Amino acid sequence: MTLLQRRKRLLPYLLLGPGFLWLLLFFAVPMYYMAKVSLQSGTIDTGFRFTWELSNYSNAISTYSEQFVRSFEYAGLATLLSLLIGYPLAYTIAFRGGRWRNALLLAVVLPFFVTYLIRTLSWQTILDDGGWVVGTLKFFHLIPQDGRVLATTGAVVAGITYNFLPFMILPLYASLERIDHRLLEAAYDLYGRRRHVFLRVTLPLSMPGVVAGVLLTFIPAAGDFVNAQLLGTPRQFMIGNVIQSRYLAVADYPTAASLSFLLMALILVMVLAWAKFAGTESLMGAEAR
Amino acid sequence: MEAATVPARPESRPRAARLGRWLLDRSLNVYAGLALVYLMVPIAIILLFSFNNPRGRFNFIWSGFSLDAWKHPFAVEGLADAMKSSLEIAALSTIGATLLGTLMALALVRYEFRGRGATNLFIFIPLATPEVVLGASLLSMFLSFGFATGFTTILIAHIMFNVSFVVVTVRSRLIGFDRSLEEAAQDLGANSFQTFVRITLPLIMPGVLAAALLAFALSIDDFVITNFNAGSTVTFPLFIWGAARVAIPPQINVIAAMIFLVTLVAMLLTVWQQRRAERMAAVRPETLEA
Repeated sequence: MTLLQRRKRLLPYLLLGPGFLWLLLFFAVPMYYMAKVSLQSGTIDTGFRFTWELSNYSNAISTYSEQFVRSFEYAGLATLLSLLIGYPLAYTIAFRGGRWRNALLLAVVLPFFVTYLIRTLSWQTILDDGGWVVGTLKFFHLIPQDGRVLATTGAVVAGITYNFLPFMILPLYASLERIDHRLLEAAYDLYGRRRHVFLRVTLPLSMPGVVAGVLLTFIPAAGDFVNAQLLGTPRQFMIGNVIQSRYLAVADYPTAASLSFLLMALILVMVLAWAKFAGTESLMGAEAR
Repeated sequence: MEAATVPARPESRPRAARLGRWLLDRSLNVYAGLALVYLMVPIAIILLFSFNNPRGRFNFIWSGFSLDAWKHPFAVEGLADAMKSSLEIAALSTIGATLLGTLMALALVRYEFRGRGATNLFIFIPLATPEVVLGASLLSMFLSFGFATGFTTILIAHIMFNVSFVVVTVRSRLIGFDRSLEEAAQDLGANSFQTFVRITLPLIMPGVLAAALLAFALSIDDFVITNFNAGSTVTFPLFIWGAARVAIPPQINVIAAMIFLVTLVAMLLTVWQQRRAERMAAVRPETLEA
């Protein structure tokens, strides 16, 4: 009996073990090595040595502050746009989708079925200098006759918004769909005006979705470098571009590693600030789902 | 649906307000429709341009219909090899991650044990870490060990980022699991292994399949993490990345269209299978009585 009980108590750890070990070895331990690399000095030619080189961090901040600011600007803007595009869509699917709900949801995730890079490249086609988007904008004199859309901030933000929009819509939908319709009916029975019912009942009840959607959109957006690379120019480059090229093109590992840690720390600070603002309860509620 | 959200109001409402409401209703639908179009347009463009007959090296401007690329999808040098690596890595990492992740999800939902909350958090953190950081940190470790990057390191990385996704997907399915079915099996004399194989596994299979499908799709699509840990191995996304600077043949669109269609069909099949399983699980005495 005691042996059986012991086995029962060990069982969860045995089930967890292999996966836990994998994450430990290939997620947690690499963070330690990246921390070590970020404190090294030297170059690829002379070799790197661990010297507690904390100046890597201050140099990284002073050299690349522009890209840091830009990353968070673009990510913030793209998150806001995703919310503005995604909320009405999620609302419509949840409350008016009827029997088309699942089909509409499938349509929302369809972009994920196309390779990320191709999705981004297709924006090159759409926003091409000779394409109809640029043509229409020129026709209405919204951009000058020699103006471009590609290789501008607008193109990069549009690409980021597009690529991460489903991450916003899905949690929004999940929380809107769970709202008890009787609550809305009660509000109307009490002669609540449409606007007030939305602002005081629907919106607060969908907050977990908003909180989760903002996080799921903002985090990958802030670290992205594909959109800036394919749809922008070096003037649009974000911190992800710098990390990528410092690691893979220049082999300046210490700088790249310290930039990665700074990015992670900044994102963490923003997530915590957002959690504080939005309330940890809804954050946890979103996570637990 | 409509009636439930917008119940009848007092009759005395002025006509102008009703008109305003009608307009708001319609404009919301139109807005949602436009948002859907925004999501669909790039996909349509990709499919359309797989039939393009481009004049230059880049497939950005429409210049005539052609079936060439569809007839010879691998006529571009290196594309077939890249696709082969992608499929191999996707298949292997799916098997690995689904196995590890499903076991973890079982432990997390089924058992109360010390450190459960912390484990949940630990599984969640990789999901909340930007891909660049995941890729860069793995590369840092491989560099520190002098471990050459290539097929193996890509596979390690893909299993790593997929495990968390599998856990989250399977866990959400396990939460609604009716344990009385297992108790019934054990009352009828099945041991715990038999119960698991004959009862538990078939019931959680839709969730496991959905997780495997997700893992496969994420693996075959991954560029950022792969880019850091690929060495000289080229996967399909890495091939596109290289091609984007030199020349983009329509064959790339053809392969993307194929992946798109296969994923779509697989997705529809899982949804169908899931519904069937749900219907089967719903046939139980208490539902019949109700």
